[in-house]
Amino acid sequence: MKLTVEEKAMLAGEMGEPKRWAIEHMLRVGQVFDATDLVPVSQAHMMGDTESLGIAGVEFLESLASHPQEQRRVSVPMITDPRGVDLSYYKELGQTETMAELERRTITACEKLGILMTDTCINYQTVMPPVLGDHVAFGDTGVVIYSNSVLGTRSNFEGGPSALAAGLSGRTPRYGLHLDQNRKATKRFVVRHQPVGLTDWGVLGGLIGRLSGSYWEVPVVEGLKMIPTSDQLKHFGAAMASFGSTPLFHLVGITPEAQALADVCRDRIPDAQDITREDLEAFRGNFGTKGDKVDVVVFAAPQLSLIEMSQVAELIYGKRIHKDTALIVCTSPGVAADCDRMGITDRIEASGAKVLRGTCFYNQYARELGEANNWKSLLSNSAKIVNIISGYGYQPALSSMEECIDSAVAGEIV
Amino acid sequence: MKTELKCHKGTGSKVQGEALVANDNFSARYDLDRIKGIFSRPAHKLVGQSYVDKILVLNTAKGGVASAWMLHEMKARGIAPKAILFNSANTILVQGAALADMTLCDRFEDGDVTTLIKTGDQVVVDPEQGLVSILFKE
Repeated sequence: MKLTVEEKAMLAGEMGEPKRWAIEHMLRVGQVFDATDLVPVSQAHMMGDTESLGIAGVEFLESLASHPQEQRRVSVPMITDPRGVDLSYYKELGQTETMAELERRTITACEKLGILMTDTCINYQTVMPPVLGDHVAFGDTGVVIYSNSVLGTRSNFEGGPSALAAGLSGRTPRYGLHLDQNRKATKRFVVRHQPVGLTDWGVLGGLIGRLSGSYWEVPVVEGLKMIPTSDQLKHFGAAMASFGSTPLFHLVGITPEAQALADVCRDRIPDAQDITREDLEAFRGNFGTKGDKVDVVVFAAPQLSLIEMSQVAELIYGKRIHKDTALIVCTSPGVAADCDRMGITDRIEASGAKVLRGTCFYNQYARELGEANNWKSLLSNSAKIVNIISGYGYQPALSSMEECIDSAVAGEIV
Repeated sequence: MKTELKCHKGTGSKVQGEALVANDNFSARYDLDRIKGIFSRPAHKLVGQSYVDKILVLNTAKGGVASAWMLHEMKARGIAPKAILFNSANTILVQGAALADMTLCDRFEDGDVTTLIKTGDQVVVDPEQGLVSILFKE
């Protein structure tokens, strides 16, 4: 790989061990993907929940953070994905002191590295949305697919280590979606049944993700008869990335790189595949039946925007959730602060529900959480979470936001 | 008799081990009980099977970014596969393998690697050369 003079100096250790490690890591990754050089990035976003990090990951962060101040600070703005523990509410959830202690150590190490603890997977709605053509190193598949597709940003899925390497060095290997030729459509879908609520958008995205089936496929979608909202596209993209490991989609006439179908096609237009009402119902039919008991209702994955928080508050206000059912709502610390100020948190929590700050249900030790609280059956409006959570020992079900709240009140799927 | 499969240059060091194969996909977060070292997702074709010290052979990587830290964490505890072979890896698994110093290769020239290698085969993976050798059992 071709390195600049500055990058060679970093690799030689002249700018300290953290940057030396960063360049070495990127060379290892870059060679697998035939990257020819590194591309400067304007921001980095790191996934680093303690369940994934484990003790080994936390110690790795601490070792980088132990270097002198001038060597360890990140070179571009760097923020974090949701954490594994809400330190204001972990005991009540049955999370352990060991988990909380790992969390505290992670936060201390990240702050020493100069990382801003935003703890959010909706930074494209709440922190600094990147712009068309902007090269970034974002973690969290939902963040990457939204930024690539809706904003026209250039990012690969950057796992925690690579996002960290990008933050420290201000660069990432130029491969995958940093190259224009990899952003062209390889699969084409025509939507024959219009999505309505957030869950419909998640189901549509999940199905397209499953049909696309790999990181290297780019679906282009036609047939949508409305301009979706940011929250709708958030659920659409998050589910697509979850079911398919898909990092980019184009919506003809809607997303910025696909004003017309031809804009995102190479020499040949891919054959069209219809997405019908039956296809969507079959996909949704895998998740839950009316009358099933519900242990926990979860709004998360992605974290809720201020608008979604206010919708939950409107729907739940004046109701009381069932004594045998828990309702967990996950949002970013920033949105939670706004919700506190506007009375939204109080309206949600008066029902017996709980708003968690800076976590997301599935990356906060979901298995241990289920065991500590005797949660097996889980209901959510997020197609992403119902896809993820069965590996953690849950039986997931999918409903709309309205039905989720009514089910939380009834204690069973309505 | 030995069969050699050419693949793209990978990451990690040369290893030998027993293959565990499925025409299914992989996410460390979605599919594994990382404490017990087994596949735990009910819908996964390898559910209940131990992946410890195996050469995992799967179709592609799916889902989230967590797998990157998780490979490092699994390797540090010694409850990890020796290597992972994919038809097509995603960026996350390669990044995680790079940090964990776990062997990973993909893009096989002779077709679907999940049919070229069978569960129980003894396999040598040489990521630097982009070469996987199957040492058939007696």
